[in-house]
Amino acid sequence: MDRRAFINLFLGGSLLGTVVSFLYPVIRYLIPPRQAEAAAKRILAAKVGELAPNSAKLFRFGSTAAVLVNTADGQLRAFSAVCTHLTCTVRYEGDTGTLFCPCHNGRFDLAGNVLSGPPPRPLEAYEVEVSGGDIYVSRKA
Amino acid sequence: MNTPLGVFIREVKRRSSLTALAILVISAPLPLSAQQDSCVDCHLQMDDALKAPAEGFNADVHKQFGLGCKDCHGGNPNQEDVELAKDRTFVGSPDRAKIPEFCGSCHSDSAYMRKFNPNLRMDQLALYWTSRHGQLLKKGDLSGAVCTDCHGVHGIQSANFPKSQVFPWNIPQTCGRCHSSADTMKAYGIPVQQVDDYKQSVHARALFEKKDLSAPVCNDCHGNHGAAPPEVTSIAFVCRQCHPSAGDLFSKSPHKEAFDALGISECEACHGNHKILQPSDELLAGGKDDICLQCHDSGTEPHRTGLEIKQRIDNYVASSAEAKELLARAERKGVDVGEAQFKLQDSMSALVLARNLTHGLSPSEIEASLGEGAKVLAEVKVSGEASLREAKFRRTGLIIATVFIILLAAALYLKIRDLKRPATHPR
Amino acid sequence: MARLWEKTQAYLEPRFMLSAVRDFAKKKKVPEHKRSFWYFFGGICLFLFIIQVLTGILLLLYYTPSVDAAHESIQFIMSQVKFGWLIRSVHSWTANILVGVIFIHMFSTFFLKAYRPPRELTWITGFLLLVLFLAFGFSGYLLPWNELSFFATRVGTDIAGVIPIIGKALKTFILGGPDVSGATLTRFFWLHVAVLPAFALLIMAIHVILVQTLGMSRPVGIGETKEISFFPEFILKDSLGWLIILAVVGAVCVFLPWEAGPKADPFSSTPLGIKPEWYFTFMFTTLKLVPAHVFTIEGEVLAVLGFMLGGLLLMLVPFLDRRAAREKRSPVFTVIGLAILAYIVVMTGLTYLAPNIGK
Repeated sequence: MDRRAFINLFLGGSLLGTVVSFLYPVIRYLIPPRQAEAAAKRILAAKVGELAPNSAKLFRFGSTAAVLVNTADGQLRAFSAVCTHLTCTVRYEGDTGTLFCPCHNGRFDLAGNVLSGPPPRPLEAYEVEVSGGDIYVSRKA
Repeated sequence: MNTPLGVFIREVKRRSSLTALAILVISAPLPLSAQQDSCVDCHLQMDDALKAPAEGFNADVHKQFGLGCKDCHGGNPNQEDVELAKDRTFVGSPDRAKIPEFCGSCHSDSAYMRKFNPNLRMDQLALYWTSRHGQLLKKGDLSGAVCTDCHGVHGIQSANFPKSQVFPWNIPQTCGRCHSSADTMKAYGIPVQQVDDYKQSVHARALFEKKDLSAPVCNDCHGNHGAAPPEVTSIAFVCRQCHPSAGDLFSKSPHKEAFDALGISECEACHGNHKILQPSDELLAGGKDDICLQCHDSGTEPHRTGLEIKQRIDNYVASSAEAKELLARAERKGVDVGEAQFKLQDSMSALVLARNLTHGLSPSEIEASLGEGAKVLAEVKVSGEASLREAKFRRTGLIIATVFIILLAAALYLKIRDLKRPATHPR
Repeated sequence: MARLWEKTQAYLEPRFMLSAVRDFAKKKKVPEHKRSFWYFFGGICLFLFIIQVLTGILLLLYYTPSVDAAHESIQFIMSQVKFGWLIRSVHSWTANILVGVIFIHMFSTFFLKAYRPPRELTWITGFLLLVLFLAFGFSGYLLPWNELSFFATRVGTDIAGVIPIIGKALKTFILGGPDVSGATLTRFFWLHVAVLPAFALLIMAIHVILVQTLGMSRPVGIGETKEISFFPEFILKDSLGWLIILAVVGAVCVFLPWEAGPKADPFSSTPLGIKPEWYFTFMFTTLKLVPAHVFTIEGEVLAVLGFMLGGLLLMLVPFLDRRAAREKRSPVFTVIGLAILAYIVVMTGLTYLAPNIGK
């Protein structure tokens, strides 16, 4: 192979390599990711039937903890699980039907209101939407 | 004088006295219709100690309810003349020893107080007589605090108003006026470092720095009007007001019986009373500030159980530190670890719960609680490692792409040089 | 392979008149002299612009221009989308590099007096492109809707509001309301992905066509020089430069990916030390240093008007520099250019080295 042909081959080959190393990320980028879209407004918190009545589930909402409660009479309620006192995570207590913070005994009812203890503000309530077999939680408008 | 000037002055005087009379007649109703408070008027013109009550009273909560000087001190505020103002009803400043009854004459009269605020408690005076301050006063010792020492006197604010001397974050200072003064406390043999101790506590930090008004201050543990130190048996109940889970755990543990038998105050024995610091793992058995050694010799079974407990907690702390470091490394390499960091937060609550469980003295319960957290930590570590792999992948990808670019650049360079050669290059 | 290539050419030739293009390209020559290194910067601007368009189009796939979702979509791109971190970081880094290169390109053509006739329109369209790209930078900066961008936008539009007579109306138009809000976000998005690209493409087309038809300007005083062919030699050299830049951008993005930052909270107070992106800081610091009142006119108003006047004069420099128009050395304008450059550099430097000067 003469010089010119070698150079052309070298040029073509390295060009191809460079193009591929650029196209690969772009193509991977275009393929839809596992989580279909940005977790902005609506989070799929649980599936219908996943929670028994009078039980709850903690899940991530945006960048904070949230709790989905299936009340004793079958209503679905969702709240921020961050206690308004000193940010411990609240938990659902089945026997009292309240959200309880174990750190300093803060207690909230199922409307988010403070029942007793040091928390100064109610828990933020979220909107719950059941669509198909899915339970979605989003911020209230 | 009959000079023109004299005539002029006479005329002006005549006219001005006429006008003055006219003004007086017209305006006479005005000052009379305004609230005449000669007490305030006179006292405002005095100096210092006599002026202060009139000035301070402007901001007083009693004034807001339409009360005035006469409602406590008697006298007639409509009288300008001081002797007439201080009529038969005038009581002046009450004796220090009589102040509680003086205030109580209204504040314990529910029929009277109902008119102003039916919600207010009426038992302050009754409670006061049960307090140490009240008992001192009954014995004739005037150094005991009376109402005005804590609430102020002519500028009293409602207790839930931030400027009140008895608003939570002002209370340590108010109590400290006497209780931090060595001279005042010497006669009673009461130590004076409580306020200083309190200021170093985690409760003080919550109150003063985080503005958490639910944090306890002097009155939350000692009572307001019935102020007295809590008894050994009652300290535990006091702490349990806000820390019931620790209290329950303690009550179910072997310590409860032992402490009761020995007459040791429960929470106070390990955590102190005023200088309650953020408890650290070093307080546990085997730690630098091992408090178990106060009662248990090292090598004994209880101490060994304590060591087991600390071991489990230490392991968990080490494990979360590892996970945290893993995530930090990934983040330093540019990979987003938000999701994993969120989970790590979750795992920290397992630690909070486990540390609380130490009051129950049961290694198995602590293990179970930490087990939950350990699962989360394992997930975090998996995520962290995946992030580190991602960082490595990015660097590898960069190297590959850069290699190709360099090769391409080299090829281009050669091509350019080649193009510059004369066209008739022999094959 | 060669056969296929020849066949393709034979097909396209009569349909696209390729031979005309090819002849032009073959004949086109580029001067080579001690200053010809600066010729490459225009092409680099073009290359970086293409990168911006491509990465921008890719980002459009996952970005949402709404207050509730903008920041979250950026976080999503950075963490969930494969190579999203790379596309986004390239876009952010290249934006800054592009503005820098535009300034280099502008100053190099200024000092080499490339604006003199017949290239006045090349200069003017170039100046318009500078303004357009500063607008690109300003509008794009808000789109992630993070704390820094929110407040930087507020500070920047406050300055626009200072312009006499039209200031308030202009500010309201830009913001879509009285203050930075969701309406601003959609408006800036509209500008950034539709309006500005349309204008930029149009003016860039004019600019490039002018450069192609008029050829590269030779600095005053440099007569006949060696010439290289535009195609393939200059193009290949151009590509070499582009490749190096590509490698640098890639490395920077892997080691210093662009952060998403905390989400904007319109109710929080302005962070201390807030300032606009670096290419606006020289104006920002000037406004901080200008005295509150000069005679009876507000200092800020005077400064903003000063900038506008300065920009106008800069744009009209081909008509002002008579000496260069006569192919003579024009040291006065060189000095003016150096002064402007020094001013920009010093003011930008002061912003970072002495952030507390001024009000």
